[in-house]
Amino acid sequence: MAEIKTDALEITMGKLLRVGVIVCCGIMTAGAILFLWRHGGEAALHTGFTGEPAMLRSVTGVVRLALDGSAAGIIQLAALAMIATPVARVAFSVLGFARLKDWRFVGVSLVVLALLGAGLFGRG
Amino acid sequence: MAGSLADPKRHTDIRMNNALFSVLLFAGSLLAGLLGALTGLGGGVVIIPLLTIVFGVDIRYAIGASLIAVIACSSGSAGAYVRDGFSNIRIGLLLEIATCLGALGGAALATRMPAAGLAILFGCVLLFSALAPSQKETGTSAAPCKPNSFGARWGLNGTYPEPNATQGCIRYNVQRVPLGFGIMGVAGLLSGMLGIGSGAVKVMALDLAMGLPFKVSTTTSNFMIGVTAAASAGVYLHRGYIDPALVMPVMLGTVAGSLGGARLLIKANSDSLRKLFRVVIFALGVEMIYSGIRGRI
Repeated sequence: MAEIKTDALEITMGKLLRVGVIVCCGIMTAGAILFLWRHGGEAALHTGFTGEPAMLRSVTGVVRLALDGSAAGIIQLAALAMIATPVARVAFSVLGFARLKDWRFVGVSLVVLALLGAGLFGRG
Repeated sequence: MAGSLADPKRHTDIRMNNALFSVLLFAGSLLAGLLGALTGLGGGVVIIPLLTIVFGVDIRYAIGASLIAVIACSSGSAGAYVRDGFSNIRIGLLLEIATCLGALGGAALATRMPAAGLAILFGCVLLFSALAPSQKETGTSAAPCKPNSFGARWGLNGTYPEPNATQGCIRYNVQRVPLGFGIMGVAGLLSGMLGIGSGAVKVMALDLAMGLPFKVSTTTSNFMIGVTAAASAGVYLHRGYIDPALVMPVMLGTVAGSLGGARLLIKANSDSLRKLFRVVIFALGVEMIYSGIRGRI
C-alpha cells in the first residue's frame, strides 16, 4: 500500500481550514468594530506584563463574556476559534482515516488531538 | 517578575489611544504579513520585534498575539495547498506528534523563563533566519531515493502535481523519518517558546533530512504550522498572554498582508526583496539581543 487515495480527504480538509479562517476573521472584525466604537478613545496601556483577567483565560469564561456582548470577549472568542480551526482539522482527520480504514493514522490523529487537548484544556 | 523587566519610563512618553494604537499596529502587521508572504520567511519573525521594539509591548503579550496570527496565516494558505495536492498530510500528521510535544514543552519553558532570556533567544533565531540559505537557493531535492520499508508500510510516500512531468505528477519517497521527527521536535520547541511558525526549521527537516521535494516540504511545513502553534496557544491563553487589544489588529493585519503578498508574489522581484528582508531581520536580531542583554525587554 505505497499509495492510498486521500484526495477527498484533502479537499474537505482544505475547505475546512479556509472556512475556519474566514469565520474567525469575521468574528474578529465584529469584535474590532465594537472595541473601537466603545473603547477607541481610551488610553492604550501596553506597558509591562500583568496577564489577562481570569475571564479571558478560560474557554468557558471567554464564551460567557462574548455572549454578554463584551468587545474583548468577542475578540478573544475569535482568537479561540482560530486555535480551534487546526484542532478541528485534526479531529476531522480521525474520521477521514477511519473511513479509509487506515487505523495507523486514526491512531496518529488521536495522539495529536490529545496533545492539542492537553494544551487547550490542561492547566499548562 | 513582569514589572522589573519592562522599563516603564520608556513608554510613558508615548500617549496613544486604543484607536490610534490599533491602526498603527494593523498597518505594521499588514507590512509584516506582506513581507513574510513575499519572502517565504513568514510574518512571525517580524511581528514580535515590531511589537516589542517599536511599540514597547512586553514580549510575552507579543508571543501570544503572534501565535494567533501564525495560525491564521498558516491555515489560510494551507487550505489551498492541501486542496491542490502538494502537502503530504500523512507525513504532516505523523510529525505533528513531534512538533506538538515540542510546542507544549516550549510553552512550559517560556512561562518559566525571564523576558530578557526570551528576547536573546529570539534574536539568535532572527540571526539564523537572516543567514540561513534560503529555500530557493538550496535546491537539495535531487534524484528520488529508494523507498524504505517504514515509509512504504505507513503509506508516507506520495506524488505531487507537476504539469511538465509525463504523468502530470512526480513520485517521491521518504527517508530518515526518525531524524526528521527529531528536528521537528526542535521546531515545535522554538515555535512554542517564541510564538513563531518556525517554518524554516520544519522545511529543513522535510527537505534536507527526509529528502522530500522542495514544493512538498514547504507546503507540508505550512500545513503543520497551524497545529503546532495551536498546541502552545492554548497554554498561553490560560497563562493570560493573549491580549484582545493586541490580537485583534495583529491577526487582521497579518492575514490581510499575507493575502496581498500571495497575490503580488507572481509579479514581484522576490530575490532583491529577500535580500532586503534579510538585512532587516539581521538588524532586528541584533537589536533584540542587545535589548535583552541590557534588560530593556
